[in-house]
Amino acid sequence: MKSNSSNKKMGLSTILTIASLIGIVVLLYMIDQHGFLGSYWTRVLRLSGVYAISALSMNLVNGFTGQFSLGHAGFMAIGAYVTSLLIIPTPNKAIQYYVTPVLDFVGKMHAPFWLALILGGLLAAIAAFFIGFPVLRLKGDYLAIATLGFSEIIRIFITNLIPITNGPMGLKNIPASANIWWTTGICTLTVVFMLRLMDTSYGRAIKAIRDDETAAEAMGISLFRHKMMAFMMGAFFAGVSGGLIASVVGTINPGFFRFTLAYEILLIVVLGGLGSITGSVVGAFVLTISREWLRFLDNGFSILGIIKVPPIAGMRMLFFSVLLMIVILYSRRGLFGSNEFTWAGLFAFPGKWKNKAANLFDSAKQKAGRKK
Amino acid sequence: MISIKDLVVNYGGIEAVKGISFDVPQGSIVTLIGANGAGKSTTLKAISGLVRPKSGSISFLDEDITNKDPVAIVAKGITMVPEGRKIFADLTVLENLKIGAYLRKDKLDEDIEWVYSIFPRLKERHWQLGGTLSGGEQQMLAVGRALMSKPKLMMMDEPSLGLAPLIVKDIFNVIKRINENGVTVLLIEQNANMALHISDTGYVLETGVITLSGPGEELLENAAVKEAYLGK
Repeated sequence: MKSNSSNKKMGLSTILTIASLIGIVVLLYMIDQHGFLGSYWTRVLRLSGVYAISALSMNLVNGFTGQFSLGHAGFMAIGAYVTSLLIIPTPNKAIQYYVTPVLDFVGKMHAPFWLALILGGLLAAIAAFFIGFPVLRLKGDYLAIATLGFSEIIRIFITNLIPITNGPMGLKNIPASANIWWTTGICTLTVVFMLRLMDTSYGRAIKAIRDDETAAEAMGISLFRHKMMAFMMGAFFAGVSGGLIASVVGTINPGFFRFTLAYEILLIVVLGGLGSITGSVVGAFVLTISREWLRFLDNGFSILGIIKVPPIAGMRMLFFSVLLMIVILYSRRGLFGSNEFTWAGLFAFPGKWKNKAANLFDSAKQKAGRKK
Repeated sequence: MISIKDLVVNYGGIEAVKGISFDVPQGSIVTLIGANGAGKSTTLKAISGLVRPKSGSISFLDEDITNKDPVAIVAKGITMVPEGRKIFADLTVLENLKIGAYLRKDKLDEDIEWVYSIFPRLKERHWQLGGTLSGGEQQMLAVGRALMSKPKLMMMDEPSLGLAPLIVKDIFNVIKRINENGVTVLLIEQNANMALHISDTGYVLETGVITLSGPGEELLENAAVKEAYLGK
């Protein structure tokens, strides 16, 4: 009887999942073929998808394995450069390297977009392997500082390897292969991969390491091996997202991959909830879209026609500081904590809020009563 | 089953264990009792490979395991229920149990049912996060988690720590039951009365050396033990 009812529930949520997936595909088709949203907002959606992939990969290391790493920008840079160098048409490359000629091999290499993305991811993972050896023996703040340092080292390497990377001038005319199908598709693949991973013994092991290293070791879990695997997988997806970002934006230079990029992604992860896949995806879309939508704040505005705020560049960033403070004050573990989206949870949601509101109302009444 | 010879362990700059030797025969319950800082936990940590001994040897089933790493030692069939339980707070009860069987590749369903039969409470709460359990339930989970690796030797570091007397009684009954199922148990306790009642052999550890040993019932009658640990 019990299993029957849970089967029915399973069936319902599967139907809902398939229905919403079809809905998304139809929406993507509308956006792609009919210019449903206009090219500007389509681009914002593409960027959101890419940031979601970066956030997921950072969440794998920081949220699920509990290793506070800030080396993300470096791995994204590797992925971005490898992908770009592989997909920029060869004649175009020769024109771009007008100060120092391009290395022969780099000038000639070319690959289809999907292969370029995978290679970018793999190279980032290899870099993570070598960085991980010394770094993953550290913990907490020390790990964060060391990974941040390595990320800067990668960036400085890229700045100075001029015959390969064109140095500070960066790369231009990167083909816009990453249309909305690519970004949303790879984002979905990453989500599915993460969800499946967390249900394997490997996924449980990394969560166990996060909860208690000594106990995990006493269960026979090799700490270093698991941290390394998580670090490399995180770097792989970071590399892929870097490749996608290069293709969405169209130009890259070393300045783009400063540590501020790692902080931007960390903001998404923390806002969404460390250890929540749903949180990272929702956080990426909310932050990326609102960052564009709030541009009007930079142009100056007036509050009720009384207080006039002059145009200040970066005014909208103030909004994110306030948003982060509100989230930290009212839900310290981010929007989703370490929970995931479920259909059952969605349907229970309004009820939960009603209860919460009712409780608040009751306690307010009690307080008022006591005062009398 | 496991025999320790002249074990010396430095821990945190001091010699915590100063050359102790003892044996745990197959199928028995052996207890180490002693005050805080006597070196009990350090001994367990050395056996499970979490701390490297300075000298001496540990052999398990006639095989030297002195400097093996923790993973290899768990694979050999030695598990530890750590002090203070150390369950994984953000994992569900079921996930905690599955983590216990991390090194096993075979089917787990039967053993999960076995653990549930010992601790019915865990079955009721299998979907709950470990951190939301009460102290006693967490201890049950820690024991259940250790059992999931199908250990030949289970080492328990103060299972009665911070639990109500009634629950302590339950836990010791369970230890006996597990032992009757063929698992050898090495127990560390400050609750000497309870521990010695169920154990075949007891050792008294004082500042890194063994000062007394004998069958559990005998130690309970010993005047020195009575004075130091049983409050008489």
